Amino acid sequence: MRNWWKILAVALLIYTLVMGLTGKVPALAIVHETIRNLYFHVTMWFGMIILFTIGLVYSIRYLAGMKQEHDIIASEAIFVGTLFGTLGLLTGSLWARYTWGAWWTVDPQLNGALAAMLAYFAYVILRGSMDEEQKRARISAVYNIFAYVMMLIFIIIIPKFTNVDSMPPGKGGNPGFNTYDLDSNMRAVFYPAIIGWTLLGLWMMQLRVRIRRLKASGNI
Amino acid sequence: MISETMKKTLFLFVFLYSFLAASAQEGPEMADLMYSNGKIYVVVGVLLLIFAGIIAYLVAIDRKVSRVERELKEKQK
Repeated sequence: MRNWWKILAVALLIYTLVMGLTGKVPALAIVHETIRNLYFHVTMWFGMIILFTIGLVYSIRYLAGMKQEHDIIASEAIFVGTLFGTLGLLTGSLWARYTWGAWWTVDPQLNGALAAMLAYFAYVILRGSMDEEQKRARISAVYNIFAYVMMLIFIIIIPKFTNVDSMPPGKGGNPGFNTYDLDSNMRAVFYPAIIGWTLLGLWMMQLRVRIRRLKASGNI
Repeated sequence: MISETMKKTLFLFVFLYSFLAASAQEGPEMADLMYSNGKIYVVVGVLLLIFAGIIAYLVAIDRKVSRVERELKEKQK
């Protein structure tokens, strides 16, 4: 069964939707029921980081072997990762509006996420600006390594070392992930949700890769 | 392979949907599952249907790509 993981993705996401909306969650101040966004908003970021990591691996492999196949996989992983990241920004903004009272706040975590996304938007634009295939593949692979490092710095390292009270849950004294981490009910949905959304992203990526391969074969 | 996947996926949805529908009709009480907890289960149902639609669309694209891949393979023979 070659496509078992696609069935697994669907099964996990059905579980996520049902349990995400009806499962037991801790009653917390400020966030109330919106804590359920953990299964939908936060998982977008996890999926994005995994997809971008695949992109990084295949960019490096492209530079090592100059195989077009690796460029195709790297770029499609990044396109789907960018989609996930954009959804993460939009859903985060909506969540922020109804918990912190503003669509956007000057916060290292938020601005870092935005900066990381801009680095990847630049990747997409950079690719689009070049026609010659090998040159495009080589330059975008090199740029992607840079973008990945920037992403790690912006969304993981900088927010960790800024002493500003950060607003996302679990930071700066907000009720946060340290509370949820202890909640086994939420963990039982959160981890499957990460796997489910990530597999869905991989499915979308695989489809795009297959279409690109068909195009590259020159018969379409 | 792919049509097998699609069948199984569809089966999964039908199974889930019939389960929801069946549990909604149990017993003489009117206050059944779909009416309980502020009718949140209705939202769950709507989301599942939309999700089913999106997955069906993905499966359809998947099958189409598979078909083109097969055709191309035969052409190259």
